Amino acid sequence: MLLLGASGAGKSTLLHALAGVLADDEGDREGTMLIDGRRPAPGRAGLVLQDPDSQLILARVGDDVAFGCENLGVPRDETWRRVRESLESVGLSVPLDRSTTALSGGQKQRLALAGVLAMRPGLILLDEPTANLDPDGVTDVRDAVARVAHDTGATLVVIEHRVAVWQHVVDRVVVLGAGAGVVADGDPASVLEARGVELAAGGVWVAGHPPVHPPRRAGRERIAVLDTHGLAAGRAREAVQSGLDLTILSGATLAITGANGTGKSTLGLTLAGLLPPVGGVVTASEALAAGAGPYPITWRSRQLLTRIGTVFQQPEHQFLASTVRAELAVGPKALGLAAAEIDSRVTELLERLRLGRLAEANPFTLSGGEKRRLSVATLLATRPGVLVLDEPTFGQDSRTWAELVALLAELVGDGTALVAITHDLDLMDALADSTVTLA
Amino acid sequence: MTAVNPAIPVNPVIPVNPVARLGATLLLALCLVLTIDWVSASVALVLELVVFVFIRMPARQFWLRTLPVWVAAPLTGVTIALYGRTEGTVFFEFAFARVSEGSITLAIATVLRVLAIGLPAVVLFVTIDPTELADGLAQRLRLPARFVLGALAGMRLISLFLDDWRSLELARRARGVADSGRIRRLAGQAFALFVLSIRRGSTLATAMEARGFGADVQRTWARESPWGAREWLVMAAGLSIGLVAIVAAVASGRWNFIVGP
Repeated sequence: MLLLGASGAGKSTLLHALAGVLADDEGDREGTMLIDGRRPAPGRAGLVLQDPDSQLILARVGDDVAFGCENLGVPRDETWRRVRESLESVGLSVPLDRSTTALSGGQKQRLALAGVLAMRPGLILLDEPTANLDPDGVTDVRDAVARVAHDTGATLVVIEHRVAVWQHVVDRVVVLGAGAGVVADGDPASVLEARGVELAAGGVWVAGHPPVHPPRRAGRERIAVLDTHGLAAGRAREAVQSGLDLTILSGATLAITGANGTGKSTLGLTLAGLLPPVGGVVTASEALAAGAGPYPITWRSRQLLTRIGTVFQQPEHQFLASTVRAELAVGPKALGLAAAEIDSRVTELLERLRLGRLAEANPFTLSGGEKRRLSVATLLATRPGVLVLDEPTFGQDSRTWAELVALLAELVGDGTALVAITHDLDLMDALADSTVTLA
Repeated sequence: MTAVNPAIPVNPVIPVNPVARLGATLLLALCLVLTIDWVSASVALVLELVVFVFIRMPARQFWLRTLPVWVAAPLTGVTIALYGRTEGTVFFEFAFARVSEGSITLAIATVLRVLAIGLPAVVLFVTIDPTELADGLAQRLRLPARFVLGALAGMRLISLFLDDWRSLELARRARGVADSGRIRRLAGQAFALFVLSIRRGSTLATAMEARGFGADVQRTWARESPWGAREWLVMAAGLSIGLVAIVAAVASGRWNFIVGP
């Protein structure tokens, strides 16, 4: 069963309640919920969460899968039998003593699924299990889930923005409306047919209803703003990529893609003048450098502001202030702009990115989509010539996605050079002028 | 992450229950902190070295792991030689520093003691697998499983925190605020890390709870935490070395009780 609904409709809350992990002090509840005639309790239903890293519990694969069985008091021999069965069922054929941190994102999610499976629940709940994965990881997890449903006969409930991934493996689609309860319930084809437009408007990715974004305008004049020569990128002097010769043009988008762990983010940070190159050079054009010297890594933090802006994968990493308004003012203030100028820039951005209503809110309390918009807005406040974005569309609903794409397209049209690190194929289709695939 | 990775395959020098290793180290340390004299420390050190040879500790591994102890011990010695209690002939004096016969004797005794306690602790501890230790603490010492496993799972987050910290640092450069006010920036960064860690911690707690952690069922253990003659032997070895050292100190008249005159 696939559970759909716009952001804020209460999908995750329902799932957590079914899993029995909703504490009594987390708001009001009324009515009753019974699983097989009993109240939900941990262990009766299994839950897989979105973030692959935060749900690894133990250091070794076998131990992690066994954890749930131990908690339920399953005898030792039976536990290890279930561990092997579950791993086989999710198609994860690694040794039991393999380190869990050494797994890829897709493998981690399948491990979490195996851990749930070993508890033999009648109900398995998956809360956006593929939102943080690369395309291969998504397929692996989806197939594992389908196989598990087939093998065990358990009921599976999946929350997911991207309907296309799950459409053909689920038997039933339920749509929740904010404050409206169940608004549709039925087989995938008919529900998506009847509710497709409405769902798409609510931010759900429905096949046949792609998010609408304006066509790309060609940038006026494309000139090279950043050049790399024999660039080797890495951390702590260990190169993950080397020998890269790239040219970044103003008014154009360069997409950098590749599987998890190929060093996309590291390359992005190196291009952005945040990490020193392990080898080779990143050189800025004279127009971009504007007197700050040819190598971005030697620029002062303040000099980066108007030259290269970076949007981090996790927006939380770059928040500095206690309100959205103050957050937007950080950059302009560091530039030493006049108060009136700061105010006008901030107000304009609040308007443009639909953040006005949230001006006094704490950035950490925003929703995922709002955080993403804010993190992009903070950089626009200082109008950098180059923008580097690390997975800007990760886990975003289709509405936020469309807004971001429209905004980025506009910036590129105005002459900004855009570097997008992504494995979002739709994003590449919508924006990329050229693509580099790392291996 | 290599700095804090509990999953690095551990190849223990001696396959002994971590709890026994902990016990042996504690018993030995307890005996050795009772007195400050060079006789007990040297005796213990000599006996330990014999044991290291006896268990065929690989030399390279030994030096690499114990390097911090070899560095720390002389440093402690120098400090004590300079600032320790003045007694007998004064050799050298500068500001508050006064090197005397007494302070040098004390310094030597301290260096030997740091080595005698530090070396076996490092040798026994560096190879401990956190999961095995947790199994031992919960199954053998009957510490509450909730506490032990919570701590064990929490340790996994440390490497994520290190990554977070690095990103926070780079993000501050990207936001244009990394040129000045280092102390204030670090404070802000620490606060941001704190917020992120609470968030990660609560996700982990949810994941654990969803797997039945903390349910009202008697928990079973998938891994055995073996305990037998070998474990008792290791504990006994720790205690005997400590006792022999004490006896030697008393017999030689060098016993210097730590809370004594």
